[in-house]
Amino acid sequence: MEAVATIEGRAIPYGAKNVDTDIIIPAHWLKTITREGLAQGAFESVRAEPSNVFDQPENLGAPILIAGDNFGCGSSREHAAWALLDMGIRAVIAPSFSDIFSSNAFKNGILAVELPQEQVDRLMEVAREHPIGIDLESQMVTTPFQDRFAFAIDPFRKHCLLEGIDEIGMTLARDAAISTYESSRAASLPWLDNPRENSL
Amino acid sequence: MASKPRTLYEKIWDAHVVERRDDGTCLIYIDRHLVHEVTSPQAFEALRLAGRKVRRPDLTLAVPDHNLPTTPRLAADGTRLPIADPQSAAQLAALERNAPEFGVRYIDASAAEQGIVHVVGPEQGFSLPGATIVCGDSHTAAHGGIGALAFGIGTSEVEHVLATQTLLLAPSKTMEVRVEGTLGHGVTPKDLILHIIGRIGTAGGTGHVIEYRGAVFETMSVEGRLTVCNMSIEGGARAGLIAPDETVFAYLEGRPYAPKGEDWDRALAWWRSLRTDEGARFDRSVVIDSDAIEPTVSWGTSPEDVVAVGGNVPAPESFADPAKQEAARKSLAYMGLDPGTPISDIAIENVFIGSCTNSRIEDLRAAAAVLEGRRKADGVRWAIVVPGSGLVKRQAEAEGLDRIFTAAGFEWREPGCSACLAMNPDKVPPGERCASTSNRNFVGRQGPGARTHLVSPAMAAAAAVTGRLTDVRELLVESTLASPGPAAP
Repeated sequence: MEAVATIEGRAIPYGAKNVDTDIIIPAHWLKTITREGLAQGAFESVRAEPSNVFDQPENLGAPILIAGDNFGCGSSREHAAWALLDMGIRAVIAPSFSDIFSSNAFKNGILAVELPQEQVDRLMEVAREHPIGIDLESQMVTTPFQDRFAFAIDPFRKHCLLEGIDEIGMTLARDAAISTYESSRAASLPWLDNPRENSL
Repeated sequence: MASKPRTLYEKIWDAHVVERRDDGTCLIYIDRHLVHEVTSPQAFEALRLAGRKVRRPDLTLAVPDHNLPTTPRLAADGTRLPIADPQSAAQLAALERNAPEFGVRYIDASAAEQGIVHVVGPEQGFSLPGATIVCGDSHTAAHGGIGALAFGIGTSEVEHVLATQTLLLAPSKTMEVRVEGTLGHGVTPKDLILHIIGRIGTAGGTGHVIEYRGAVFETMSVEGRLTVCNMSIEGGARAGLIAPDETVFAYLEGRPYAPKGEDWDRALAWWRSLRTDEGARFDRSVVIDSDAIEPTVSWGTSPEDVVAVGGNVPAPESFADPAKQEAARKSLAYMGLDPGTPISDIAIENVFIGSCTNSRIEDLRAAAAVLEGRRKADGVRWAIVVPGSGLVKRQAEAEGLDRIFTAAGFEWREPGCSACLAMNPDKVPPGERCASTSNRNFVGRQGPGARTHLVSPAMAAAAAVTGRLTDVRELLVESTLASPGPAAP
């Protein structure tokens, strides 16, 4: 993944709660074998409405999205994260995220910043006219008006994001430990190690 | 010294820890990886670009399901019929190329064993109790019904599992959903899980793994357990599971990938230890009264928007939370419903029986029991049955269920995900309603502008007969709808 340290710029004041992955990217856009080009289908049903927040000229290419509770609920499609990236979004701020979306966002270097609803409300207000800043090192969201909202992040995720770590490469380096586990499993739970197909 | 009492989830977790990091995250070994055509192409491509291999192709099983058309797949001469949509065809071709290139087990689109990945796993005995099972699909939670720790992952994680057979994970919190007693006549596992999601909300299980406990689950068939666990994700939980028992063991014995001989005996001994210890602590506990559960229908665009079939469309003002009121207003506008409308007055034009939630043999039997000797109403334009796998289809045909469905005006299709997510040609037209046995009623889920009402298979059949959402018990006065019984073949 690409390293992330700070994100600064316009934030789309979307605010909706329970935004599901079918809203972020409908299933008919998933028939692709690449990760690119999904911005076209992002928030399709929302953007079908005239004067929607995403197509306001000042929000085009904004690096931050502000949403309500339970953002990214529903399917495991990583296309949701890819679609946001393709729109230029590098951080989503919301009171809570679904577990799978939050993991998919992280794997793609998108910051999922959890803040209490009242702070999210304040940022929604600021974002209508002003930029917002996010600093990962100090774990702080800031506005031009001295707002300073601290957020929590898993230390391991923070480290990976700051360093742009290739997680697969890191795990492959633990090959010996994985092999040791496999040998002990082959002895203790052999049927899990060796799924032989037997005809009925 | 007695060890600390553990939950079922903690026992499975502990048995799969490769390494524990100082910050509490663990490298977890994955026993079974299921792969389908939609969320895997980018993962295989990334492996190829990095020159990486699949570590354990023998623990990986690929089967196409999401975008396959459900029309016949073979021509009269036995050759494969082409897929009209070029993008779907390309995705299928990618899986057909990737599986042999990386040595992964593959079930062909035209094989009898093909089906929805979450139907195929248990059916083949590839999914087993106590195993860690992942798939690039959130409904992987289904496999928790046989006592596995199973959850959906994104494509980057698919790539990680392919390359390393592990995932780096933080432990989840634990949540108990306890339901004692029995389900009433005409009330099915689908009604139960819709009711549970209505209670806890779509974010109720976020960060948690749910264990379903109590007499209702202990007496439930494997099919019913798979239905319940399948929709754990609709309650926000990445995984849901039920302690494996003799019902599960009887279901698995003799299945193609299930252990045999001495392995079977050893497996049974371990599986029987997989239950939550007396005194183990859950982070959260929810108790549901089984007597309060009725045949249940969704009215809105979130799976938590549910009501008993005898009820009315709620008024947005009836919700305490202002954000929920606003969401309800939007939902009702999308669904074309007025507050206060009796659910049983809602006319439907489409019926979909299928999906990884409700396409197993027991589901088809329940729907056929309602449809036998009846026909779909004139107002029902489109009614399809999509069996969960070729083997379910074959079993249903052996029992004559296909003839009941076609006599009732249903189309009898080939297996796949179909109108659950409308990636293939099976879509509900804009503005029309569908009584659907699937799992999500999201905006546009069954096609742009489609209006989904989530129901059980028996309720979907009842809606087909009357042309409106209907309490199936009204059609069952004479017949008996089997409450979830023993395991089906």
